[in-house]
Amino acid sequence: MTTSALPASPARPRGAAFRTTLEETLLPPVVALLIALVIGDLLILSFGQSPAAVYRLLLEGTWGNSYGAGQVLYKATTLTFTGLAVALGLRAGVFNIGAESQLAAGGFAAALAGLWLPAGFPTIIAVVVCLLAAALAGGLCGAIPGVMKARFGAHEVIVTIMLNFIVLALLNYVVAAKLHVPETLHTPEIRAGAVSRLADQFGAFHGSAANWTMLAALLAAACMAFYLFRTRRGYELRAVGLQPEAAEFGGVSVGGVWIRALAVSGAIAGMGGINYVLGYKHYYEEGFAGGAGFLGIAVALVGRNHPAGVVVAALLFATLSQGGLAIHALVPKQMVEVLQAIVILAVAVSVPEVRRLLRASRRVEA
Amino acid sequence: MTILAFLAQTLRIAVPYLFAAAGGVLAERSGVVSLSLEGFMLSGAFSAALGSYYSGNAWVGVLCGLLGGAVFGLLHAVASLRYRADQVVVGIAINLLVVGITRFFLRLAFGSSSNSPRIEAFSGNGFFSSPLIPIGLLVIPLVAWLVYRTPYGLRLRAVGEHPEAAISLGVPVNRVRYIAVILSGALAGLGGTYLALDQHQFTDQMTAGRGYIALAAIIFGRWDPIRAGIACLLFAAAETLQIRLQGVEAIPSQFVGMIPYVLTIVALAGIVGRANPPAALGKASE
Repeated sequence: MTTSALPASPARPRGAAFRTTLEETLLPPVVALLIALVIGDLLILSFGQSPAAVYRLLLEGTWGNSYGAGQVLYKATTLTFTGLAVALGLRAGVFNIGAESQLAAGGFAAALAGLWLPAGFPTIIAVVVCLLAAALAGGLCGAIPGVMKARFGAHEVIVTIMLNFIVLALLNYVVAAKLHVPETLHTPEIRAGAVSRLADQFGAFHGSAANWTMLAALLAAACMAFYLFRTRRGYELRAVGLQPEAAEFGGVSVGGVWIRALAVSGAIAGMGGINYVLGYKHYYEEGFAGGAGFLGIAVALVGRNHPAGVVVAALLFATLSQGGLAIHALVPKQMVEVLQAIVILAVAVSVPEVRRLLRASRRVEA
Repeated sequence: MTILAFLAQTLRIAVPYLFAAAGGVLAERSGVVSLSLEGFMLSGAFSAALGSYYSGNAWVGVLCGLLGGAVFGLLHAVASLRYRADQVVVGIAINLLVVGITRFFLRLAFGSSSNSPRIEAFSGNGFFSSPLIPIGLLVIPLVAWLVYRTPYGLRLRAVGEHPEAAISLGVPVNRVRYIAVILSGALAGLGGTYLALDQHQFTDQMTAGRGYIALAAIIFGRWDPIRAGIACLLFAAAETLQIRLQGVEAIPSQFVGMIPYVLTIVALAGIVGRANPPAALGKASE
């Protein structure tokens, strides 16, 4: 088969390259969602239900009422953080599977900081301290695979998976042995840094877990976009992700970029922990990450590693998660888990396939 | 006497790891990343439970477990070889997919969200309580023989190390890889089958990370079947120790559970000798 594409025709109009990139970026997730939609319809029909009725229930249970909308926004907040974390790594060509444990480590560190600060400490400063603690803990978990990759050539996927098990076991041990409130699996409530739920503060979102952290998630997305596309460091990071050898030749320290990318990626995932700890329950609880780290992989893939795309994808997956609870009356809520996995698989398949098909059709045109 | 009991328990615990590691070695040596072992095992466990429950025969369960793993092996192969999707992403997607599908069908078939009813399994006690125990011990030498002593094994290693050279010699690279990945699914499926039959039921996410431990054993064993098998026994011995030491305050069970994962990171740092994965691992052939 051909390995090298034909040289681009010199007669192609200006802007064609941009259009090409846009098509190759946006088409795969759209194709993937269509595939998932078809499979979802088949699953629903196999249950003897009407897809339209199930989708209506899904929308009513999420965006159709203030509680549902608040829950979607709450879930999307955590997913934005883990999605941004995975996306940042992928931009540098490293695959961070460790967002799950980095999220937990960040939540734990935030809870520790919140416990350690005295009650009545100025909230704004306390929040910043907790956020920094979360970022530091997550960043540390990310730096380890980064150093392992740069120094020993160890594949970051394996190291981050192994670290998931190690870090979660370690946190479980510390909480179970030293910190938990008797009869529970969680730490005491934090004394400082707690953020009110919007429901308690304004009566908005009707008892849901939505809180101010969602603004922090949007801010993180904006900062990441600025970092990636407007700073020299970000440029280096993307250069390494596109072509490490060329970047090295251009004077970029590839190993250094890997370490930095994984550390920052871990830090972003870690900051996601504050959504639960500062904004919702006000304590660290075993298992609170609940798969949000792994779902972050899906969010990054569907969002095509762009901060804005990640935010949109996080909203989509959060809607599915919350909607799963609503459709349980008609079809098992596990259907949503199946669909989420199919979206990942379909994106993985359609990225190279769509590019191949687009290039083949252009060659025919030319 | 207690040492004997310890060894027997270690072997029994090692069986699912041995099956999955044997399968994973095949796929990885052919150049396809084996992150989906966990999903293969879980799907094997669930299909085995279904087969055994509806037929009332444990052997039908074994056959179904084999097929259940092979089906997802085929899916993995098609996505990563036919469509050249990123193999790491495919592996993770398959693991998530199997968790969702087994939960979905657990509800559909048995109306429960946590476990199946009691299923038929092999009777007998001790070492031969299940024929899968001796088979599991034999599967590693068998795979070693396949990899190092057969023409297929030679081709397998060639496509994993240097697919372009294999192509120039007329080796059908993708066919060799398809076979390896489907076999890895079937073998890992047997590992899951052993779990389901051993516990006389399927429970949600019952493989509990064993597929990742098997992958850890492969890396720790530097992609050699025999060494990977020894690593499985080592990890199983640690787990046996953990079970035996339960209730002893001095060593928290969480720490013993970490041993395989920590050892893998140590192995990757090159401390127990340089770990060289197959050169073409993760790269689909053009």
